Amino acid sequence: MADAMLRTENLGISFGGLKAVQDLNLEIRRQQLYGLVGPNGAGKTTVFNMLTGVYQPTFGTFYLDGEELKGKSQEKINHRGIARTFQNIRLFNNMSVIRNVMVGLHNQPEFRCTPAESFLRLPRHFSTEYAMRDRAKEILRIFDLEEERNNLACNLPYGKQRKLEIARALATNPKLLLLDEPAAGMNPYETEDLMRIVRGLRDDYGLTILLIEHDMKFVSGLCDEITVLNFGTVLTQGPTDRALSDPEVIKAYIGE
Amino acid sequence: MAKRKSDFKLKNYVCYILVAVMFLYALVLQMMGKLPKSTSNLFVQIAYSIILAVSLNLVVGFLGELSLGHAGFMCVGAYLGSYIAIALTSHIESKLLVLLISMLCGGLAAAFFGFVVGLPALRLKGDYLAIVTLAFGEIVRTVCKNLPFFGGAMGLSTVAIKYDTRSSTSLYIVAFITVFVVLFLIQNLVRSKHGRAITAIRDNEIAARAMGINVTFYKLFVFVFAAFCAGVAGVIFGHFNTPVLYSKFSFNYSIEILVMVVLGGMASINGSIIAAALITYVNIALQAKLTGDLAALKYLIYALILIVLVIFNNAPRLAPIKEALSPKNLFGRLKKRRPGDVSDDAGEWANIPTKIRMDEILSTDVRPGNEFVPDKEKKAPVKGGPNDG
Amino acid sequence: MSVLFDGLSLGAIYAMIALGYTMVYGIAKMLNFAHGDIIMVGAYAIYTTMVFWGKGLWVAVIGAAVLCTLMGILMEKLAYKPLRGASPLAVLITAIGVSYLLQSLAQLIFGVTPRPVNLGSFGSVEILGASIPVSTVLTLVIGAVLMAGLTLFVNKTNTGRAMQAVSEDRGAAQLMGVNVNFIIMITFAIGSALAAAASVFYLMQIPLVEPLLGSMPGIKAFTAAVIGGIGSIPGAMIGGVMLGVIEKICLSIDAIKDYTTAIEFGLLILILLVRPIGLLGKKRREKV
Repeated sequence: MADAMLRTENLGISFGGLKAVQDLNLEIRRQQLYGLVGPNGAGKTTVFNMLTGVYQPTFGTFYLDGEELKGKSQEKINHRGIARTFQNIRLFNNMSVIRNVMVGLHNQPEFRCTPAESFLRLPRHFSTEYAMRDRAKEILRIFDLEEERNNLACNLPYGKQRKLEIARALATNPKLLLLDEPAAGMNPYETEDLMRIVRGLRDDYGLTILLIEHDMKFVSGLCDEITVLNFGTVLTQGPTDRALSDPEVIKAYIGE
Repeated sequence: MAKRKSDFKLKNYVCYILVAVMFLYALVLQMMGKLPKSTSNLFVQIAYSIILAVSLNLVVGFLGELSLGHAGFMCVGAYLGSYIAIALTSHIESKLLVLLISMLCGGLAAAFFGFVVGLPALRLKGDYLAIVTLAFGEIVRTVCKNLPFFGGAMGLSTVAIKYDTRSSTSLYIVAFITVFVVLFLIQNLVRSKHGRAITAIRDNEIAARAMGINVTFYKLFVFVFAAFCAGVAGVIFGHFNTPVLYSKFSFNYSIEILVMVVLGGMASINGSIIAAALITYVNIALQAKLTGDLAALKYLIYALILIVLVIFNNAPRLAPIKEALSPKNLFGRLKKRRPGDVSDDAGEWANIPTKIRMDEILSTDVRPGNEFVPDKEKKAPVKGGPNDG
Repeated sequence: MSVLFDGLSLGAIYAMIALGYTMVYGIAKMLNFAHGDIIMVGAYAIYTTMVFWGKGLWVAVIGAAVLCTLMGILMEKLAYKPLRGASPLAVLITAIGVSYLLQSLAQLIFGVTPRPVNLGSFGSVEILGASIPVSTVLTLVIGAVLMAGLTLFVNKTNTGRAMQAVSEDRGAAQLMGVNVNFIIMITFAIGSALAAAASVFYLMQIPLVEPLLGSMPGIKAFTAAVIGGIGSIPGAMIGGVMLGVIEKICLSIDAIKDYTTAIEFGLLILILLVRPIGLLGKKRREKV
């Protein structure tokens, strides 16, 4: 289907004989909010790691917007348009909030500036820096983090750190955004706020979003379709309500 | 662009001021005719120590990789640069031109070796760079010691190119101007998008990769540039000291530069400048007093600097003490509330029962055949396997 | 032939030191730079007991073993434990500091002049037509026994298995009830005890004690550990023996004698280029 933003074909990986993920077939449409759920250890983050080039898939392949990205390095995959957040937050802790976002902007073509130009402080160095700063502020505004821009990332409260991670990923101008448990550790108000932001990213910025989340209210409130993984295999796939009421899924979660 | 003028921050220029003060002090002394050879030598030594310390800080403090072969790169610069200078000095009249050419050549040679050494080492995780640079330093020393055209065990005599105070351009002037150039380049690099990428790699390499930063390029770039600076410092050394002797560039010297970096503070260029000047000065001042076995005192102090400062700055348990002692808290304005305090109650919120956490429900659910069997520990489990949740 | 035996016995010494490096690296995930200097501490212990107090060799050896073990534990508790969880860079710099601390203390206490220490003469035996000193044979035999014992210990005892578990995944091991701090301490103790043994054999070859005695063998042994694959016990043995033999062969050929150090370290860089994990090292997957 030409309209698919992300398509995986029998994607799988094994670690020394143990098949962590197998036969994963996803098809995520443009501007879709897609959920990846499943119990702990089901292989959800492993899927993210394969899609971002941290792990090389053992089987199958995947396409972003029709382009095969399997075997590409993490940097290349990011340049092609997949950005992610991490389950255990990985911010640049000793840098200010705005600089975190500016790192995300690093590779945008409009902010090109060679090391030689920076070494000698040629005019382009200054114009790039100012432009990057302005863009970073715009992005922070979306997440309501503008006030915090000069604080160190590690001093932010947990919920804001999660938001900053998304902001930073957004700065790389992705086509597909992978969010790994974005609402983990957030209080109900923050979660509500985050849902609004994620929906906004899709509606206003045309992003396609694949997210992992344990908070089922979050998932069912946002995603139109989900895939449920269990022990590395697909348990069920389809529209959120139907998939979540699937007896197999309930069995996997609650037990017999 | 007019409104941007307010971006000017004095603290960005402290490093130049520090060096300028030293430089002017030396100049004034000379003009008053009160600059004896020993003092002029001291200034040269301070100058190249600053170059070494600042460039090593780029690798250790900003990039977060440990290089133990900085003296090795300096050695390459010193030997090769001096060798070229000696060869040129009979053809080119201007002594300054010879010095500049040889600085460039020495720097480039060191950079080349930096590339050769860094390429395999920087692609690896962990402490490999430290090992490989350590090995490199030893290799360079052994080779220089045994090459006949480098003077073998006697060292390379640089009498032909040695500067003395009577010549019109004293070496310290050239050396300090070089320091300014190096500082200018490093400051600019650090305060650009590239510097940001470099500190991002230090803070979290995985995240930096995920943000599309070309980690290998930046690591190699910083490392090669630092090697270049060390090479330039080596050439200055060669023009001031004769003979250029391999034993100077031992592991101990690499550590001495590292001590300067640690004492001055990681990722602090100003700190490196002060520490480099201080250590060089104290070293020379005490040289005559600490002879024989007392020389070990110097290393004892180095050891204590390394251990105490690093533990104090990095130990997780000491973080609150460090926070309390930080200048901001001691002298700074009183903050209403540290933003970090909020994170604690965020943890409490996470436990609010209205949030259904499926993983908690599931933790009791074990499928047949997947129960935990203690014996499985013995068979090496799959490394870093599907570690998600 | 005698070159080969010399190389093997030097290799056995390297291997013993390398084991200490590799075990600490495997379990504490840190490069204990000061490990080489533990050998020096052992050598001075032997020197003090034998020359100052006039005690016999066995007392000296036991004394050295005890002192080195305590030293290793103390070092871990004071310098490295506070840094658990800090960046590897900080730990590495601290380890270098500890190494310097030991060296400079030794120099302040004993002076920089090498002190002779005579462990007694053992004579030599005829093996395959070559006259081999008994000390060399002893080094080889006891070295082999120690290494075999260590392999058994790591694979067959509970503590050894706990060590493997900590090396695989510290967090998981902790959850399984392994006392990680204790295991790390034990690792340092064993490594240091092996260093003490190495110091005895080192003195048999070169009967001089000096403050920098441990630094070069330490670095070489560490090279051996990396060549063999850091974290791998058999790797450390193979790497050590290999490096020892190469060193002695190089030293016996006049043309390249002076470049021995360069060749050894060159080999390290070469191996890291071709096979970054060393000969027997295992690939590690990073956690994301």
